[in-house]
Amino acid sequence: MRIAKKDFEILEGDLTPMIDMTFQLIAFFMVLINFTQSESNDKVQLPDSELAKPPETVLENYRIIHLAEDGTAVLGTVEEHYKGLGGTLDRHYNEIRYSGEEPTDTTIVIRAHKNAKGGIVQELIQLCQEAGFESFALRAEENVNNGLKYISPIPAGG
Amino acid sequence: MEIRNANKAGQKIELQMTPMIDIVFQLLVFFIMTFKIVSMEGDFNIRMPAAAPQAAPPEQMEFPPMKLYLSADADGTLTGIQLNESQPTSFQALNQEIQKLVGTDSGPGARESAEIEIGFDYDLRYEFVIGAVTAVSGTKDTRGELVKLIEKIRFNTPEAPAE
Repeated sequence: MRIAKKDFEILEGDLTPMIDMTFQLIAFFMVLINFTQSESNDKVQLPDSELAKPPETVLENYRIIHLAEDGTAVLGTVEEHYKGLGGTLDRHYNEIRYSGEEPTDTTIVIRAHKNAKGGIVQELIQLCQEAGFESFALRAEENVNNGLKYISPIPAGG
Repeated sequence: MEIRNANKAGQKIELQMTPMIDIVFQLLVFFIMTFKIVSMEGDFNIRMPAAAPQAAPPEQMEFPPMKLYLSADADGTLTGIQLNESQPTSFQALNQEIQKLVGTDSGPGARESAEIEIGFDYDLRYEFVIGAVTAVSGTKDTRGELVKLIEKIRFNTPEAPAE
């Protein structure tokens, strides 16, 4: 039996719309990518506040201390219990001085977990004071939904 | 003059799209995997030198120094607020008390001298501390604009944790 010979044609799909969309998606994610993730810590969930607005001026000299719920503190690459942070704070103090900056003008940004004990935050601030720092910033998350979340009545009988 | 065209037959030049699409999809996957929605963060600035500056005599101060104390139960839940002699029952009431004390007019220097010292039980959860700091440091007017109240905030010396 004779089989009829067919002319094969290459079917080409039009890839232009797909490439357009893909480039748009890449542009979208590139614009929204968060480059400041080094300032965050997985162990810390910040408290929120209606007045916590991103600062209009960027802090020039600052150190960030992450304080987890269990009292673990992270400063730079050092992670230890907050009570043992004195040596690390002294090292940062000296680094700032040798770089020609004034340690008293350096802001210590405290990113504490919302369930951390307030007394621990106080003690951490005291440790920083003893190391020579005096400017602090308590970081909170911007509350965009309802600023009255924490303006709730004290439980009855309290 | 006759122009010679080598592509007389109308040959189609085809670009090799496959490597580009491979790379583009890899980029796309990278950005999708690293994408993380992060909410905006803001700071409450406090200046607390180790040696507390000598307070001015009360007669020279426009506002008397204010003391705020927050009590907590063993779980760290807020159980009481004490502002000088009054006991607001919520942070909203505390905010209104502060507004009464320092005013909300935006005149220069009106609230600059106001100062508050915040103390709290050791176990009080930090979110309540921030709630109190929020209540004393400002409010929002009807247009949603921030009205600053007390800017000089400091914490008292930490007390030993309850046994």
